[in-house]
Amino acid sequence: MLPEIGHYVLIIALMLAALQSTVPLFGAYRRDPTLMAMAPHLAVGQLFAIAFAFAILTNAFVVSDFSVLAVAANSHTDKPLLYKISGVWGNHEGSMLLWVLILAIYGGAVALFGNNLPWTLKSRVLAVHGMIGFAFLLFIILTSNPFGRLYPAPLNGNGLNPILQDPGLAIHPPMLYMGYVGFSMAFSFSVAALMEGKVDPAWARWVRPWVLMAWICLTAGITLGSFWAYYTLGWGGWWFWDPVENASFMPWLSGTALLHSAIVVERRNALQSWTILLGILTFTLSLIGTFLVRSGVLTSVHSFANDPARGVFILAILVIATGGALALYAIRERELTQGSPFGLVSREAGLIVNNILLVVLAGVVFLGTFYPLLYDLVLGDKISVGPPFYNIVFVPIMMLLMTVLVFGPMLKWKRDDLRAVFSRGRIAAACAGLVLLVSLAVLLGSGWHYIGTALGFAFAAWLVLGTLFVIARRIRLGDGPLDTSLRLAASTPPSFYGFALAHAGLGITVAGITAMSSFAGENIRLMSIGDVAELAGFTFQLKEVGQGKGANFDYERAIFVIGRGSGTGFVMEPERRFYPVRQQTTTQAAITMNPARNLYITFGEKNGANQWAVRIFYHPLVGWIWGGAMLMALGGVLSLADRRLRIGMPQRARAGAMVA
Amino acid sequence: MILSSIIPAHAVQPDEILANAALESRARVLSQNLRCLVCQNQSIDDSDAPLARDLRLLLRERLTSGDTDAAATDYIVARYGNFVLLKPPFLLSTVLLWLGPVLLLLLAGGGFVRYLRQHSDAPAPADLTAEDEARLTQLLDTRFPENRPRS
Repeated sequence: MLPEIGHYVLIIALMLAALQSTVPLFGAYRRDPTLMAMAPHLAVGQLFAIAFAFAILTNAFVVSDFSVLAVAANSHTDKPLLYKISGVWGNHEGSMLLWVLILAIYGGAVALFGNNLPWTLKSRVLAVHGMIGFAFLLFIILTSNPFGRLYPAPLNGNGLNPILQDPGLAIHPPMLYMGYVGFSMAFSFSVAALMEGKVDPAWARWVRPWVLMAWICLTAGITLGSFWAYYTLGWGGWWFWDPVENASFMPWLSGTALLHSAIVVERRNALQSWTILLGILTFTLSLIGTFLVRSGVLTSVHSFANDPARGVFILAILVIATGGALALYAIRERELTQGSPFGLVSREAGLIVNNILLVVLAGVVFLGTFYPLLYDLVLGDKISVGPPFYNIVFVPIMMLLMTVLVFGPMLKWKRDDLRAVFSRGRIAAACAGLVLLVSLAVLLGSGWHYIGTALGFAFAAWLVLGTLFVIARRIRLGDGPLDTSLRLAASTPPSFYGFALAHAGLGITVAGITAMSSFAGENIRLMSIGDVAELAGFTFQLKEVGQGKGANFDYERAIFVIGRGSGTGFVMEPERRFYPVRQQTTTQAAITMNPARNLYITFGEKNGANQWAVRIFYHPLVGWIWGGAMLMALGGVLSLADRRLRIGMPQRARAGAMVA
Repeated sequence: MILSSIIPAHAVQPDEILANAALESRARVLSQNLRCLVCQNQSIDDSDAPLARDLRLLLRERLTSGDTDAAATDYIVARYGNFVLLKPPFLLSTVLLWLGPVLLLLLAGGGFVRYLRQHSDAPAPADLTAEDEARLTQLLDTRFPENRPRS
């Protein structure tokens, strides 16, 4: 009975979304306060309906109601509770429900907390958001009903793919969806602004928290996914340029550009038209990601059971949403006020360069992801575009970006002097140059290919030090009494530290990537009990291999004692797990982490001579990759905490409300 | 023991590794650029598929028999096609892939320059004359006396 109610409630949500996407729009057109006032209620109603349906589906997973098809196909009574719950979004239907739930949460949040928005804008934003909700609810109800029944109900379910039974994977998808579904808000605000025919600093201030929120979640989601891949897949790879990774990376790149161009609109009332375009583009890339994962054009570790009909449906949503938005853009673009003038050397110009490079990077990823598909379609032949392509094309553009990235915050708005800018950056540049020279001196003896390594470390130093110098300048450190600096440091808004943390975080990630791609070591060999392997100054002795039973798996566990020099050792215990429900074996790597390096051990099955294939890895600074990325996300959180965002422009908002 | 069913361990197996360390490290570098044909975007170095293992062994065989890096790779490409290369070759049909980014960069840069031309034409305001300056100070002082610089 409950699942039928869930299905029914979803249809109610669809109806509410239909009303939400039409009535407030008409209300805004007629300036009718009653009709416009319906928008927030409809959005909240839609949120409640979807949350209720989601709760019903979650309940079906928790109580193992195998008469529900999605539960029978993806769950099992033996599974720990956490994975019963995470199983809700471990499959296509459930994850689509999570998708619309998060969409509705964003809509509800704007309805409830967007009190400073003028009524016409608010109702238009919610109406556009309602359209997206309507399209995806329709998609779920027509092609991917999560409440489909199975008769007769099986005694037990198929279980969840063991590789997905992991705490990291319980939170990775919701985080990722919070990110790229969140960019729907940027889309809704952009389209609503086009309808209003007005983009001003107030608009940028209103849209910024939503873009930031989505960006933070996407950053954290991608980081989590990368970390998950690192410890699950068994050899320490952390990024593969897999099409589905690319699908989340493209909106991240263009969302990052949007975050920066919105600053220009907010502070200088320029770049309005471009910012709107980015808002549309970013969400389009999110939709493309959804399409890639669910349509079956690509097969990948990430993709769900694929069905061409679903692909066509999502493609239709994509074409209508993007096409509609771009058509509106083409009609309205000229009416947008043209921005204030600025010089070739200015903060505005710097941010444009940032935007150009980020969008070109997104374009590179797009090309690399879709070229093989188009190639196959047009020429009927297959090619592969893998990591070597991105190393050749992506990395140099990234270096360009990192070079200008430090100068950006040193630039003055409107007009600046190139010589003065270089002089502000000279100490950081000198330090980075020093790092470059020292790394070259140390490494070049070992081979020419270490030039890249030296460059990588120099860029990392440039990003971190350059950012520190911007902070020092801001608080006038060394330019007056220390207590003045401290007072300035205390009164500097959090968003400033947010930017600093995010930029420095990138530097830390770059250091991690550089060390990991240059100095990672491995030792792959057969070992018997008592054998000792060596790697990077550590000794690894295989003590014993035992067996046991876990929650829903049998395991084989090896015990290694790790020593360094004469010091006392520590123990690492990699496992191989066998999940009887799915008849699948997984590898649980043993990893000891510290900021300087990770040690990573996996082992295979025993051969006839009582030996195990053991793989030992040494991963220098690998933690910095995710640490730096999390710093970027934290920078976003600090920026979001800035009260200027929440206060907005109260007088203008009130004036708008009165007109309404 | 059920544990020993299915799935071999990961990627390069101890028995594949060549005794000659220089050859082995060449093989590792090459195999990172070769695609496992039955996987999605995985190199044969990372993949645990049996076909990837066959390719790794074949590659090592070629290297041991004296092939150069290029010859060994060509040997495999001749059998499996360009699909096996993770770095697509530069051909007429891949021109857009390789030059697309440069094109994008030029296009975006050109747009930027055009935008700047339109938007920075307004001449910078001339500096204030001493007379203006005095008038401004007077105005500010009478309108906003609280802002007067304390001396």
